Amino acid sequence: MIEWHDVGKRYGDAWVIRHIELRVEPGELLVLLGESGSGKTTLLKTVNRLSDADEGVVKVDGRDVRDSDPVELRRGIGYVVQGVGLLPHVTIGDNVATVPRLLGWPRDQIRARVDELLELVALSPREHRDRYPDELSGGQRQRVGFARALAARPRVLLLDEPLGAVDPITRAALQRELARIHHELHLTSVLVTHDLVEALVLADRIAVMLRGKLCQLATPRELLTSPADDYVARLVAMAREQGERLLGGTPA
Amino acid sequence: MSELLRGVPPLLASHLVLVLASLAIAIAIALPLAIVVAGRPRAAFATIAVASVIQTIPGLALLAVVVPVLAAIGWLRPFGFAPALIALTLYAMLPILRNTITGLRGVDAAAIEAASGMGMTSRQLLARVELPLAAPVIAAGVRTAAVWTVGTATLATPVGASCLGNYIFAGLQTRNFAMLGVGIAFAAALALVLDGLLALVEHALAGRRKGRVAVPLACFAALAIAVIGVAPRLVEPSRAVAASSSPARGAVAQLERVHIGGKTFTEQYVLVELMRQRLEAAGVSVDVVPSLGSTVIFDALVNGDLDAYVDYTGTLWTNAMKRPSDAPRWRVLAELDGWLAREHDVRALPPLGFENTYVLAMRRDTAERLGVHTLADLARHPEVSIGGDYEFFGRAEWTALRGSYGLSFARRATFDPALLYDALVRGEVDVISAFSSDGRIAAFDLVVLADPRGALPPYDALVLLGARAAGDARVSCALGMRVPIEAMRRANALVDREHDTPAAAATWLAAQLGPPPACGGVTP
Repeated sequence: MIEWHDVGKRYGDAWVIRHIELRVEPGELLVLLGESGSGKTTLLKTVNRLSDADEGVVKVDGRDVRDSDPVELRRGIGYVVQGVGLLPHVTIGDNVATVPRLLGWPRDQIRARVDELLELVALSPREHRDRYPDELSGGQRQRVGFARALAARPRVLLLDEPLGAVDPITRAALQRELARIHHELHLTSVLVTHDLVEALVLADRIAVMLRGKLCQLATPRELLTSPADDYVARLVAMAREQGERLLGGTPA
Repeated sequence: MSELLRGVPPLLASHLVLVLASLAIAIAIALPLAIVVAGRPRAAFATIAVASVIQTIPGLALLAVVVPVLAAIGWLRPFGFAPALIALTLYAMLPILRNTITGLRGVDAAAIEAASGMGMTSRQLLARVELPLAAPVIAAGVRTAAVWTVGTATLATPVGASCLGNYIFAGLQTRNFAMLGVGIAFAAALALVLDGLLALVEHALAGRRKGRVAVPLACFAALAIAVIGVAPRLVEPSRAVAASSSPARGAVAQLERVHIGGKTFTEQYVLVELMRQRLEAAGVSVDVVPSLGSTVIFDALVNGDLDAYVDYTGTLWTNAMKRPSDAPRWRVLAELDGWLAREHDVRALPPLGFENTYVLAMRRDTAERLGVHTLADLARHPEVSIGGDYEFFGRAEWTALRGSYGLSFARRATFDPALLYDALVRGEVDVISAFSSDGRIAAFDLVVLADPRGALPPYDALVLLGARAAGDARVSCALGMRVPIEAMRRANALVDREHDTPAAAATWLAAQLGPPPACGGVTP
């Protein structure tokens, strides 16, 4: 569904990512895992052309993204950013309706779609439709962010650290919601995170990135059992150690 | 008091028109400009720098600069509304530019990224995300600009734009503090009202609720509509001038309205009222444009924005004709008429019969004790001290006096004009510089020293008529008058010392001149 062939991107002389070969299968939820500066967000943005690759080819549904008008392309791809980025001056309903409005859908169809989406993300349309973002909790805002990204029925969903700014309990709940929505709508999703646990919980496959390179592409189980290199091994070991310390600390 | 307030409504309305019009134009220019440069740091820096430089020019100076620039360009009349509007627009642009740029740069990056990631074009991004989110900051800039503009607009009076500054200038110059207070109070009230309305808009925008912006914006729209309703009546006189200016030379026609102007000192306020009374008695309708700058007023007459005002030969000789200041009186009078008619199609009526020039004055007892009657006598007394106003010791008159009579003084001191006469009366100095028609010469019974060698240039007062007014026999008849210097001094003293209004002083003065001639007009 999404393919990167030998993709590279540089700022000035420095390559942020280089020689990336990766495929996301239809219906898959792929996690790009890495620390900040690893190039994971840049890689994500080459899909909706917020960042154009300097080398190689990026394809969505078999088509080179550079053959598409960036505006048209983006309207067909769901996009969720860290910090949500809801428009503070319009209501929740209007926020969710952003892309359908840009696409010129009829009004009653938009209204029906907004209510449908709010229900999908477990917000009551009647209660939340006409409120403003600053009246909602962080978790509720993030749900609105998901609903907005899904408004025009995209088949591909890109998520850039969507849960970075919410508390752990809300995050866990939203992770479950996200997984449910992904499967229910048969989406193909790419999620960027630096949180190994989140990656393990959500991913069908995890692509680990370090300094612009792809270190390992594996299922969560494979990643835990056979890390491909030192970096991945340390990453896994650290998570395991934290878990054991936590368990060891509990009175028996 | 009600007499004092009668002039307020039209001036308040024209002040508001000036402010709202310049704000509207400033927004129309600064907003797009800021949007274009906001994303380009160098261009933004340059734009703000230019606007800041304009901002540092004092308001009065900026207005004074706009007039000759407009005159040089020539496609807008360099008098009244146009120069004031341009100067105020320039003034209002900085806060709008700065706040728009700051506001656009401060928009939440996540909102921009989400919006462009959803497929907004850059234009949609601007209209639906960046401008709405920057709106409260932009509104704050407009608010600052509005308050500045209300204040600065009071300085538009000397370029001929009627506004609340008319009260302030006249009040200051004629020492009428009630008048001054009225001008200041209404200007301050106007600033507060506009500031309050815009504060509502700003807070509503900051609260980011569409509904709440509607009410203050509606108030503003209502204000603007009311002002637009009043505006045609305000600009009508100047339109009439514009429409009927440049008539056939020498055409004899009765003018519908005559526009008379005055400069910014007591005598001019009295003379404007005197001219008004005599013209109205001759059946001519009069519009008064008071408190004009010295260069503005002559240009306005030449361009047909004014029909008549009183000027002084020495001023015209040195400023308009650019001649050396030591010319004898006969030569000035002989050449002035011809020059005015030839170069500017302006007609000078015969001199009013009094001068308003720099003179030296002494207390009568001192003069008698020293036996001083003329400047030549004074040269024999190097032991006396002299006081002058801020300008005097730097002017050509002072140099000419000393050169011509070989004057020397034991001591010289500079005083504020208001304190100068008191210093003389109290004996702190023996001689002061004075204006020959100042009312205080009579009030303090001072002796003006004669100038037998003609060292001081003549400043004979005379009425100048523009081309149109010169063609209307009623005008030249009504304004053909002789005003004795003693009467003029007394009238000036009525205003300066007794705090009469210029109109009352003019009524007194008119009575001294005897009944005006029947000028063939329809009696009102």
